[in-house]
Amino acid sequence: MRTPFPFSAIVGQDEMKLALLIAAVDPRVGGVMVFGDRGTGKSTAVRALAALLPPIPAARAGFQTADAPPPKGKVPVPFVDLPLGATEDRVVGALDLEAALGRGEKRFEPGLLARANGGFLYIDEINLLEDHIVDLLLDVAASGENLVEREGLSVRHAARFVLIGSGNPEEGELRPQLLDRFGLSVEVRTPKGIPERVEILKRCDAFERDPGGFAEHWGVSEKKTLKRIAKGRDLVGAIEVPEPVLTRAALLCGTVGADGLRGELTLMRAARALAALEGHRTVEATHLDRVAPMALRHRLRRNPLDDSGSNARIERALAELAA
Amino acid sequence: MTGSGQNAPDLFADAMLAVRLLRIDPGLGGIVLRGDGAAQDAVVAALCEGAVVRRVPRNVDLDRLVGGLDLGATLAAGRPIAQRGLLAEANGGMLVMPGAERADDMVVSQLCAAIDSGMVVVERDGVALRDAARFAVVALDDGIEDERIATGLAERLAFRFDLSGIAPHAFRIPDVPPHGEVAVDDEQLHAIAATAAALGVESARGALLTLRAAKAIAALGGWDAVSDLDIATAARLVLGPRATRMPAPESEAPPDSEPPPPPEDNPGDQGDGEVRRLDDMVLEAALASLPRDVLAAIAAGQGRGPISRARGKGAKRKSPTRGRAIGVRAGLPRGGLRLSLIDTLRAAAPWQRLRGRDDSRIRVRRDDLRIRRFETRAEATTIFAVDASGSSAVARLAEAKGAVELLLAEAYVKRAQVALVAFRGEGAEILLPPTRSLARAKRALAELPGGGGTPIAAGLAAAHDLAIAAAAKGRTPFVVVLSDGRANIALDGGTDRAAAAGDAEAAAKAIGESGIAGAFVDISPRPRAEGERLAAAMGARYLALPRADAGTMHAAVRAVAPK
Repeated sequence: MRTPFPFSAIVGQDEMKLALLIAAVDPRVGGVMVFGDRGTGKSTAVRALAALLPPIPAARAGFQTADAPPPKGKVPVPFVDLPLGATEDRVVGALDLEAALGRGEKRFEPGLLARANGGFLYIDEINLLEDHIVDLLLDVAASGENLVEREGLSVRHAARFVLIGSGNPEEGELRPQLLDRFGLSVEVRTPKGIPERVEILKRCDAFERDPGGFAEHWGVSEKKTLKRIAKGRDLVGAIEVPEPVLTRAALLCGTVGADGLRGELTLMRAARALAALEGHRTVEATHLDRVAPMALRHRLRRNPLDDSGSNARIERALAELAA
Repeated sequence: MTGSGQNAPDLFADAMLAVRLLRIDPGLGGIVLRGDGAAQDAVVAALCEGAVVRRVPRNVDLDRLVGGLDLGATLAAGRPIAQRGLLAEANGGMLVMPGAERADDMVVSQLCAAIDSGMVVVERDGVALRDAARFAVVALDDGIEDERIATGLAERLAFRFDLSGIAPHAFRIPDVPPHGEVAVDDEQLHAIAATAAALGVESARGALLTLRAAKAIAALGGWDAVSDLDIATAARLVLGPRATRMPAPESEAPPDSEPPPPPEDNPGDQGDGEVRRLDDMVLEAALASLPRDVLAAIAAGQGRGPISRARGKGAKRKSPTRGRAIGVRAGLPRGGLRLSLIDTLRAAAPWQRLRGRDDSRIRVRRDDLRIRRFETRAEATTIFAVDASGSSAVARLAEAKGAVELLLAEAYVKRAQVALVAFRGEGAEILLPPTRSLARAKRALAELPGGGGTPIAAGLAAAHDLAIAAAAKGRTPFVVVLSDGRANIALDGGTDRAAAAGDAEAAAKAIGESGIAGAFVDISPRPRAEGERLAAAMGARYLALPRADAGTMHAAVRAVAPK
């Protein structure tokens, strides 16, 4: 594998970075969908985040069954990049052919879902993935468990992962049901300012010239971010959400017409994760407001004749609440 | 100004320069060659000389492209045997794609993934492979109108040339000199970024590839630092063909630059005058690469270039060919489901020895059966031809737009494609090539202005072309015309009403004769015979909806459209 581009060295794209950090602090937020133009560093950011995360207990990573004793120690956070064209057997797992043929053993060969357990499953260009694979992924992501009943096998294993998808809306829309299953969604754009564009060139050039040296140069910032995530993870369970903030969340969802309970839940969880990330012990209204666009923009009822974008509608609602 | 190419550029020489640059740095991704002819052949020959070359035919399947289970070997051996694909085989060399503008989306995406990561990762049919796959892509575009190489691929390839009608001249490619690291300074980076911004090149890849090309140019000359001329040359090769707009008038800061950009040199800003000089020179070089008509087209705000009007990728995602399976799943072939023999064999193959195969009979069990999945509903392409002329008064146009939006929303749910042709004034314009993107369609509609003459013939002809192209891809076209049927602009642009009506009728008849289904929605407040006559010529259903609102029009078209 190539040295990953450091997360901290990504120019701009603050909303995307924040959404990824929130998902890293609290996986229950439920996945991030990154929409964006080409060449905006979507994939770079996601891969960079994975390389940055603090190690997790081995017993919570990868393929784990009830039969085997849990492994000891810590391992890096799993990061699985789902290749395009992957077939179902490789995704959910199947009979281990070599073992079956070579030794006559009936053994389960874990798939990509098992490998992603405890970490991230990344799907670039999710709109190109076959529908039945997407459905399968969403079911597993929602239940946190993969149940395999095929080829005479019956296996059940943990599959808790943060699903991260990326895609370009110009190349075909995502099904609304699919979108709704993602906790957060962010839109990335190419930075417009010349200084930012120059900075991108500079950093990419420096990285390409000497990936190791560049990573080292950004090591301090990376460590800081890692610490924030680790601290946030410790803190997030103990954070309180005061009554007025809960009420505000409900009001906001009602005003923008975000369907279902999922919006409210995600909004609250994301606000709590943001508070944790920033070292607060209580969620404040500002936390809620800052995550509102990414938690709600993909849940607004579709109306093909309403031209005002989701962002505008959420901002309007926030302004109404403030008044 | 600085004299970097004020004459028309020698495209062939530039293409040959690109060949040398790709040989120095395959990280430049590759080259798009448009136009069929001797010049293209010469460039391809130069690229491939002495290199590992793999060709990707149009009919390539995923197993051959990325690798997977080797069915023949697996059946023979009775155990799973993997095969590498073309992408891995092309490692270190060239991947040539003829007819790249019609490449399957899955092929394009696999190529993009390999270009980005330098490797190919396969998780298919019990096979997990991971191989290096660094290659330069040579995408050959036949130059057929309205078909463009997918944006995702084109933007990852540094170079693109339209060599139609260009005669090759004798050219010897010198050997690539040995080279090391090449330095570049901040002013030069600024010039690249500013030029990219001024020309409306949004993706960061454009600027990054320009930088890469500049370094390769310097390396070609044996230098260890990039010169300003190298930057200008790289901008001409890489940024020029990507331009989507004309730069703002002289001496003004490029649009979208950071606040507050002082219009004149600012001594407080680290030698800004010097930077500006280089910025201008690079911008001028990039512009110099563009033929006059292209410049005019950009200035007029029309898209251009091999990729500017790329079709919606997702639109073609399911099945470019009628009857082609979009996937396979385990199951029994019944209820109209078709057995996929190859996939069934593939599922059965690894088990042959275990199942006690001792003769030449292949043992297939019920669990092995695989059926094809088709996405029949994705095959419709609805082409709207909307009359935006003055005679279709503004209010009617608004209702027509509303109806089209409602139909679009529905097309989206059904995963069908839509395309949009508008005709007014002098002629017709394809506002939206076939796509499934509601976002793009809505934008195209919103930007549709009204007024001017009624060139129905041009509108019908454009819709006809789109319908034929859709049919060629195995889709079922359906043409919906929204007009009052009163043509007053002929095909040649003349205003003779009789000629205009005759041309319109001929164009309608051509659609009818191609057997393309359609509907003619007469949106005139007082429908007369013209509309009905055109509908009859088209062989289309005639719907007179004089006072219909968007909802009624939508319902009416829906009722006659194929399900």
